[in-house]
Amino acid sequence: MQYVDEFRDPALIRRTAAEIRALIDPGRHYRIMEVCGGHTHAIYRFALADLLPPNLELIHGPGCPVCVLPMGRLDDGLSIAEEQGGIFTTFGDVMRVPGRHGSPLERQSAGVDIRMVYSPLDALRLAEREPDRHVIFFAIGFETTAPSTALTLHRAKALGINNFSIFCNHVMIIPAIRAILDSPDMRLDAFIGPGHVSSVIGCRPYHFVARDYGKPLVTSGFEPLDLLQSIVMILRQLRDGRAEVENQYARVVPWEGNLPALKALADVFELRPYFEWRGLGFISQSALQISERYAQWDAERRFTVPGVRVTDPKAAQCGEVLKGVLKPQACKLFGRACTPERPVGALMVSSEGACAAYYNYVHRRAEVSA
Amino acid sequence: MRVADGLPLAQTEPGHEARARVRFQDPRIEMAHGAGGTASRRLIEGLVVPLAGVSTHAPLADAAYLDIAGTALAFTADSFVVRPLRFNGGSIGELAVYGTMNDLAVSGARPMALLTTLVIEAGLSTQVLEAELRALGEAAARHGVAIVGGDTKVVERGKADGLYITTAGIGRLDSRLTVAASRVQAGDRVLVSGPIGDHGITILLARGDIDLRADLQSDTRSVWPFVEAMAEAAGSAVHWMRDPTRGGVATALNELVRDRGLSIALDEDAVPVRDEVRGACELLGLDPLHIANEGQVLAVVAAAAADAALAAMQAVPGGEQAAIIGQVREERLRTVTVVSAYGGTRIIDMLVGDPLPRIC
Repeated sequence: MQYVDEFRDPALIRRTAAEIRALIDPGRHYRIMEVCGGHTHAIYRFALADLLPPNLELIHGPGCPVCVLPMGRLDDGLSIAEEQGGIFTTFGDVMRVPGRHGSPLERQSAGVDIRMVYSPLDALRLAEREPDRHVIFFAIGFETTAPSTALTLHRAKALGINNFSIFCNHVMIIPAIRAILDSPDMRLDAFIGPGHVSSVIGCRPYHFVARDYGKPLVTSGFEPLDLLQSIVMILRQLRDGRAEVENQYARVVPWEGNLPALKALADVFELRPYFEWRGLGFISQSALQISERYAQWDAERRFTVPGVRVTDPKAAQCGEVLKGVLKPQACKLFGRACTPERPVGALMVSSEGACAAYYNYVHRRAEVSA
Repeated sequence: MRVADGLPLAQTEPGHEARARVRFQDPRIEMAHGAGGTASRRLIEGLVVPLAGVSTHAPLADAAYLDIAGTALAFTADSFVVRPLRFNGGSIGELAVYGTMNDLAVSGARPMALLTTLVIEAGLSTQVLEAELRALGEAAARHGVAIVGGDTKVVERGKADGLYITTAGIGRLDSRLTVAASRVQAGDRVLVSGPIGDHGITILLARGDIDLRADLQSDTRSVWPFVEAMAEAAGSAVHWMRDPTRGGVATALNELVRDRGLSIALDEDAVPVRDEVRGACELLGLDPLHIANEGQVLAVVAAAAADAALAAMQAVPGGEQAAIIGQVREERLRTVTVVSAYGGTRIIDMLVGDPLPRIC
């Protein structure tokens, strides 16, 4: 299969792994954060840790949109849809996220009209087909998915569809990386930069990571060779004492980003003064809201938002895992009270969440021998 | 007619000591409980088995074994609720025959006769019903299986997605075969009759929810020819069989390792998967090992007989891509692992949740 098989070539993978071992200083411990949840998933799925030396540690970052969504936002979105007798639509990833009164999947079994969609445009089409009902799209994701939300609103405006609104939870990756760099427990050497987000925002916004914090960042693809090559590029920088932004994923990521997508974002969204991130707390100017021009499709302006705030269960240590301070299996709930089937924290829900990835691909021993 | 002790449903008399405890605590039934993965298993073992009085002596299998007047038989039933009713490579009528036949076949029994129950939604076009009945009748006739009776019900409009079919089937055990999880030994090889995931991905694409197109067909077919070929070539060296439907190959093998207390290591590159299925799985974040099949048999065969069993399956038309995909290991971890060509090892668990609703 083109664009896949060549990046999974066993001989090349072994050679790149050997190059990593040659670059490693055995007396040093390396801590590299992969920011993006897609990378976390790929690292486990391809069992890349088996190929890396023990003193190179990969830390899982906050780049999983489902994982950083505070539970209260989901409750807010669901309650608006239920109050309006409307149809709640969202991506499959959100369907199993626990809310206070159950996940969307559980609310669906209880009779609430909830539909999984693959694109916000599907939600808009549903609104066209059901003109007597209000369709809410629960939008989630970083700059990767925000352009599709923006284009959907362009289309809604062009078609004059009024029984449709967006409950916007789009967040931005740069403030999250900055929050991690500013965190007092930060002990990272370098970053594997997100791939899909960068295909929209480009590489320029990461310059502060190298310039102000002296950390290398390499944007990376999602295949085994992409990730291994990115690690080689990072290790070369560390060996040479350089800190630069480099682009391993040049076949997808343009250095300047995707200009039409950025233009659509600027048209439809504006910065929120602050937004709550699960595990990281409130981060200022870290999220998007729908701009005045599109106010009539903004569920938060159109309806009363309960503004539910739900604190995570005390024993759950999602925040520490999210910041890379704690490994998933070190959490007290991991694999016991919190499993992919009955997740407590969102990191266990999404296949991109560090806990679910770790659980699915590595763990299982404790549970099955019990 | 005398019914032997092995008949699970016979043990319903009150106060039966082996009755299991109700352990199912989910407040309501969700789609995941029907998806064939961990939730399904929890429902069956935690609620259905304890209350419906099914024998708990043996691990749950695809069919019950009966001894009637000295004849060893397998007996099973399956319901079909697939949407859409027709898809590339098959339809609900064919599926209803092959699904039940395959449960009998992987239990080591030659399918003999079926009962067919139709639940029809008022408003269904006669033309559609006729086409499905024709498909059903032809599929059974093609394999010499008699349809000996059944039942027909019509329900209100909006209640049954057009048509649901339940079939119950009976088959005669092939004396050359004895299949049971308990017979699986470390060192045994894992075989599959052909490329995996075709059915699940075909249905997913047929729904039209995803704007993807692929030249792909469901693998809906009888697996009895493969079972018979293995019985002839390897006989009692065939230790265990399953048709990996909902939950896919990974779920079937995870059930086996949990029941048997061993582990299985799969060789990722040896697992036959069509490019179309791989491509769709890559895009949708699914694993082909979790995708349903309707015409494949998964077998565990003693190492010494594995090559003969493989050659026998490959000689059956449609079995050209059969492969040895892994090996049973002594480790007591009860895990199924996948080893990649470059030496990475990952665990693959049972399916959690429900990636593809209503596929069979």
